[in-house]
Amino acid sequence: MIARTRAALAAAAFAFTLPALAVDNVKMLIPANPGGGWDTTGREFAKAMQSVGAVKNVQYDNKGGAAGAIGIAQFVNSSKGDPNAVMMGGLVMVGGLITNKSAVQLNQVTPLARLTSEWEVIVVPASGPKTLKELLDKFKANPGSVSWGGGSAGGTDHILAGLIAKAIGADPTKVNYVPFKGGGEAVSAIIGGHVTAGVSGLSEFAQHIKSGKMRALAVSSPKALDGIPSLKEQGVDVELANWRGIWGAPGITKAQRDELIAAVEKGVKSPAWKESLKKNEWEDFYQPGDAFGKFIDDENKRIADILAALGLGKK
Amino acid sequence: MDIWPQLLQGFQVALTFQNLMFCLIGCLLGTAVGVLPGVGPAVTVALLLPITTKVEASGALIMFAGIYYGAMYGGSTTSILLNTPGESATIVTAMEGNQMAKRGRAGPALATSAIGSFVAGTIATVGLTFLSPYVVELGLKFGPPEYFALMVLAFTTVSAVLGESTLRGLCSLFLGLAIGLVGIDNQTGQARFAFDVPQLLDGIEVVTIAVGLFAVGETIYAASKLGSVEEKLEQMTGSVWMKWEDWKRSIGPWIRGTLIGFPFGTIPAGGAEIPTFLSYAMEKKLCKHPEEFGKGAIEGVAGPEAANNASSTGTMVPLLTLGLPTSATAAILLSAFQQYGLQPGPLLFETNSALVWGLIASFYVGNVMLLVLNLPLVGLWVKLLAIPKPQLYAGILVFATMGVYGMRQSAFDVFLLYAIGLGGFLMRRYGFPAAPVIVGMILGPLAEEQMRRSLSISQGDWMIFVTHGISALLLGLTLVILIAPLVARQLKKKNAQG
Repeated sequence: MIARTRAALAAAAFAFTLPALAVDNVKMLIPANPGGGWDTTGREFAKAMQSVGAVKNVQYDNKGGAAGAIGIAQFVNSSKGDPNAVMMGGLVMVGGLITNKSAVQLNQVTPLARLTSEWEVIVVPASGPKTLKELLDKFKANPGSVSWGGGSAGGTDHILAGLIAKAIGADPTKVNYVPFKGGGEAVSAIIGGHVTAGVSGLSEFAQHIKSGKMRALAVSSPKALDGIPSLKEQGVDVELANWRGIWGAPGITKAQRDELIAAVEKGVKSPAWKESLKKNEWEDFYQPGDAFGKFIDDENKRIADILAALGLGKK
Repeated sequence: MDIWPQLLQGFQVALTFQNLMFCLIGCLLGTAVGVLPGVGPAVTVALLLPITTKVEASGALIMFAGIYYGAMYGGSTTSILLNTPGESATIVTAMEGNQMAKRGRAGPALATSAIGSFVAGTIATVGLTFLSPYVVELGLKFGPPEYFALMVLAFTTVSAVLGESTLRGLCSLFLGLAIGLVGIDNQTGQARFAFDVPQLLDGIEVVTIAVGLFAVGETIYAASKLGSVEEKLEQMTGSVWMKWEDWKRSIGPWIRGTLIGFPFGTIPAGGAEIPTFLSYAMEKKLCKHPEEFGKGAIEGVAGPEAANNASSTGTMVPLLTLGLPTSATAAILLSAFQQYGLQPGPLLFETNSALVWGLIASFYVGNVMLLVLNLPLVGLWVKLLAIPKPQLYAGILVFATMGVYGMRQSAFDVFLLYAIGLGGFLMRRYGFPAAPVIVGMILGPLAEEQMRRSLSISQGDWMIFVTHGISALLLGLTLVILIAPLVARQLKKKNAQG
């Protein structure tokens, strides 16, 4: 009801002030609370777009909760046809919308571009298995005996554990996944040797790997990273990027969409963005427009399959 | 590695004019966000993160840390005066603190909480300076089974807050346990008690429940009485300041609260709330005037206030020595370090020793600042209580509504707040205590989560809780706490007969 009134208001406002330039005042919806990955990416990217004059003003709106499901619902309901509205999001949202059985889906918004990627790493405590093979042999022989510590159930880390099980021919439902909340719980459980293995974003574990408290066995990128061999290079055919991207509102015209994509492209090419990528250790994973749309469709299928296999979000 | 010269070097960094200013700003901001329910230090630091591009590292980090421990000072003020906890770690403070205020002793309550926070903050900083490596080693020994045992131990503290009727107290506790289950189950990703309402998927914030039950419930209750009972202004009997008796009764709780709070800060999954429960229960047991508990016992303010402050300083131990964040605010502090390309951990003490020790030294400075800031304010704050009741309670409602809305900018949360407030009124009207709801809501999900993690790791073998040394020890301690009073009573009976 409220959302509908708001949409009506937005439509009315739109009718009176036909925009001269679509990207003068961008409204960016960040479907997460301040301080997290989407928030940092969104704010830094908006600043990069401003730095080269691709957009003038940016208003941020944080609407966290349910892995982005609450934010996207608001975006779809209140920004329909608004050529100035954009939304941040990423892989976590793909999984979140499935497990939360959200009524709103990612194909209802307009894909603009994929921006960044962070890769996952598989680690063991310093006293744990020496090689990936050793870990996976143990896993194959007795799946339950290997406890995998990572982020929340159905999140990126859980998905990777499931994909690995599937790739080596083990039963994904047998994955003994132990979800931890953020705030270092997983790190201390791994360093303290309370779980067999740990899965997380590489940047989160990097310093513990460097200090020798954790041993990195594999990364989820196509090639080796930071001297850590990839899963693929070790014969496990799995690749998983924790990617982030940007979307436009539902129901905008092709011209409006192209204008936004052009602004995004200017931002991606800006020196400010290059610096943000470096500082935050994000990989440039730029892919604009239709190609990004197809990528999301593929991810959606792959993630839905593995989540169903893990016993989550049967749909 | 010699600590003294390093610490001296740290003071040289912390005492520069610029860094003193950042420390002051941090402490002021912290006090302010502590006072506001809903706005916590984590969000404040997150919103201030962009200044890292403009300000040099030591200044920004000193300010962020000031916000963190400053919030613990500020949170108690509204708990005591308005029964509206500003932070979830100051909920316990509201129980005795507000009772003291109602009996005209708001001044001593505020003073013991400010001085207690200072004592705890300072002792904990000494702990941070000298004990870090040992405390961290111990913290790492804690895995899911140990945490579960710790939660079981914490549950024994519930008896201290149940109130006069055990049956009613337990009803409240179970209500809290049920509320704690709302939202997506972290272990399976399935929603529980969410009734297809997306806003409930992330669960209900403890602060929303606390503000609803305490502040809103209390306001409706007071309003229902207004007019029927002749209005009597709360009298300011006695001095604003602590008397000798108050000092004598506060010192023990301050020290014990610190000793409980500090180690809790160093482990993830502890949180600053649980040590305040433990401290409260302990003081109630040790107090020479247990009959005063529930009616404004100063020990019940002094202990928990020391505990929450010591715990926030304790959080710095694993953060600085291992790069391990054990609370939401610490996680954002970690990202502040990363904005400067710094990675907290053992290496940081060697590569950036001036920065790390400057930060540690700033804790000593900041705690003195907060004491100086807060003590003179006590006189000002208590004047708030002279506001006539209708205006005061209207103000509380505005305050509570803003705070809860500000937390997630969600109108749904405001409706929820008033629904809970109505529930709080009914509970108050029929004599059900509110505190066990909060205890159940915080401890229940933590205990459940750790138990299921343990069983997942042990593949369903319950023996994991007794084969792990620390876990067995904690469970044993729980048993002793439960059985000792019964045995003592039996012995007394025998002696009386014989």
